[in-house]
Amino acid sequence: MSAPSAKQGPGLLWIPLLGCFAFLYLPILVVVALSFNSGRSALNLQGLSLRWYAEVFRDGDLGHALLNTLLVATGTMVVSTVLGTMLAVGLVRHARSTALDAFAMTPAILPDLVLAIGLLSFFSWAGISLGLGTVMVAHTAFGTAFVVAVVRARLVQLDGSLEEASQDLGAGGLTTFVRVTLPSIAPAVVAGALLSFTLSVDEFVIAFFTNGPSSPTLPIEIYSRVRFGVTPEINALASLLLLVSVVAVVAGALALRRTETTDDD
Amino acid sequence: MTTEPTTEPLLRVRGLTAAYGDVQALRGVDLDIGDREFFALLGPSGCGKSTLLRSLAGFEQPASGTVELAGEDLLAQPAHRRPVNMMFQSYALFPHLTVERNVGYGPARAGLPKAEIATRVAEVLRTVGLEGLGRRRPSQLSGGQRQRVALARAIVNRPRLLLLDEPLSALDRNVRAQMQLELKRLQHEVGIAFVVVTHDQDEALSMADRVAVMSDGLVQQVAAPEELYRAPANRFVAEFIGRSNVFEGAAGPDGLTVGGRLLPGHGTGSFLVVRPEDVVVRPRGAGAGAVLSGRVLETQFSGGSTAIAVAADGVATASGQPLVVTQAGAPSVQRGAEVDLSWSPDAARIVA
Repeated sequence: MSAPSAKQGPGLLWIPLLGCFAFLYLPILVVVALSFNSGRSALNLQGLSLRWYAEVFRDGDLGHALLNTLLVATGTMVVSTVLGTMLAVGLVRHARSTALDAFAMTPAILPDLVLAIGLLSFFSWAGISLGLGTVMVAHTAFGTAFVVAVVRARLVQLDGSLEEASQDLGAGGLTTFVRVTLPSIAPAVVAGALLSFTLSVDEFVIAFFTNGPSSPTLPIEIYSRVRFGVTPEINALASLLLLVSVVAVVAGALALRRTETTDDD
Repeated sequence: MTTEPTTEPLLRVRGLTAAYGDVQALRGVDLDIGDREFFALLGPSGCGKSTLLRSLAGFEQPASGTVELAGEDLLAQPAHRRPVNMMFQSYALFPHLTVERNVGYGPARAGLPKAEIATRVAEVLRTVGLEGLGRRRPSQLSGGQRQRVALARAIVNRPRLLLLDEPLSALDRNVRAQMQLELKRLQHEVGIAFVVVTHDQDEALSMADRVAVMSDGLVQQVAAPEELYRAPANRFVAEFIGRSNVFEGAAGPDGLTVGGRLLPGHGTGSFLVVRPEDVVVRPRGAGAGAVLSGRVLETQFSGGSTAIAVAADGVATASGQPLVVTQAGAPSVQRGAEVDLSWSPDAARIVA
C-alpha cells in the first residue's frame, strides 16, 4: 500500500525537522570530528590524524577502566537477561497482576539518583564493601527492569496455546520453555540483553555512588579527567564508545524487527 | 441408528464440575464416548463445552468428578502424559519450525528414532494431502493448509482420542464445507475417536455420529443428529436445533392445553414442540380438524421452499414470535390471508 499523504506535506516542514536533528546530533558530530584532530587542542581542529586513537590504546589507565566497564556490563547483561526473562515469563504466564508488572518495571524509570542513594545505603548497611561487584549488582537492578519490559511486551503478544500445544504433544514444562517459549521470544531476549549491556556501559550516576575508589569504570575515569579540561583523547574514546553503542542499538533494533515480522503469520 | 456406544465406552465422564471464581462452568457433566466415534459438543458460547474439552486435554482442573479413558483415570495425569491430542482453534503451529518439524514434534518428544519420525511424518502428511510442503514454514501456508498441518500434528501420535476446538471456525465459508467432508473421511481413515467442540449446529449435525447439546454447564441431550431434531429432550434443545414452534401450557393425555385450546401431541412436560414443516396451512374453512386459526403475516419464498409466518388467534408461542410454517414449493397462501393450521398428533412432542 502506498502512502499518498507523504507527498502532500508542505516543503517548509523540512526546516524544523532538520533543526531538531541538528540540535540532537551536532554535539556528537563535533566530538567525532575533533577526535581526528592532529593538534593538542580539544576545541580547534588543526589537522586530521588518528594519533589520539593510538593514544587511547596506549593509555593504561583508560584501558583498565574500559576493562572494568566491560566486565561490569557483561555481568550485568548476563544476570539481567536471565532474571528479567524469568521474571517476565512468570509475570505474564502465572501472575497476571498489574501491580506486580509495575513493580517489576519501575526501576527502569526511577531517577538514577534515587536508585544510587538507595543502593549505597543498602550496601553500607549490609556491610558489603564497594567495588565492581556492587556496581554490577546495582546495574542489574535496573537492567533487569528493562529486560522485563522488552520481553514482557513480546510475551503478551505470544499465543498462549503454543505452549499448550507443546504440552499436549508430550513436552513437559522445561522442554516447552526451551523448545517453544524461548525461540518465540528470542529476538526480544536478545534486544533486552543488548539494551542492558549498553545501558551499563555508559551509566555514570549509579556507578559513581556504588563503586570503590580503586577500580573506576570508564565513565568515572572520563569524568575525573574532564574536570581538568577535555583532551582530544577523550573525544577519541567517546567516538569509540559511540560506535559500540550504535552497533548494539542497530543490532537490537534488527532483532526486534524480526520479532515483529514473525508476528505477521 | 445407534444412539449409544455398542461396546464399553472409550471415554467415561461422570459428575464433572468446574468453576472460574464464582462462575460455574461445568455443573455435573456425564458423558460416554465410544471408540472411533465422531462426537460433537454443541452449544452457545459460555455453555461449558470448551471447558469440558480443555479438562479432557489437561489444561483445566475440574473441581470434582471423574474422567476415565479406556478404564484409566485421565485426570490423574498431567497434560503432557495423556494419550489425548488436541487441535487448537488458532492451530497453534510453532512459527519457528518447518511443517515437518511441527508434525514431528510429538514423536520426537516420545523419543522415537529419527528414521521412524521421518517415516511417520511423511505418512501423515500424505494422509492430510500436504506432500511436498514439509520444508515450508507455517507463515508460508494458506489457512486451509495450516489447518491440515495442525490436524497432522495432532494425529501423528496416534492418540486414543482427538480433541478439536472449533476446528473450522478460522476458515473461509467455501473451504469450510470441503473440510467438513475431509474431517469425516479422515476420521474413518485413521480410526481415532474425534471430539469436536462447535457452536455451529450445521457443522455438528453434518459431521458427528452423536451430538451432546450443552447449555449452562450441563449436557441437555446426547443423541444422533436425526434424533436431536426429531425428538428433542427439552425446550432448549428444541429451540437450539433447527427451527421450531414452542408453546407453553398444561399437558394432558391428548396434548397440551394453551389458552383453552388443545394442541395435539404426545409426551410429558409443559412445552409442546412442532417443527415448521409438520404444520399444514390451509385457507380458512378449507378442511376439518383445524388446530389453530390465524392470519398470514409474511411469506418468504426461497426457491425450493417457502416459509410462512402466521399470527395465531388467541394463542402465543412461548417465545412470543409468530408461528413459522414451511412448505415445499411456492406459497399456497398470500399475506393477510385468514388460515387454518393443523398437525398430526404424532408430529408434535411435549417436552420439559
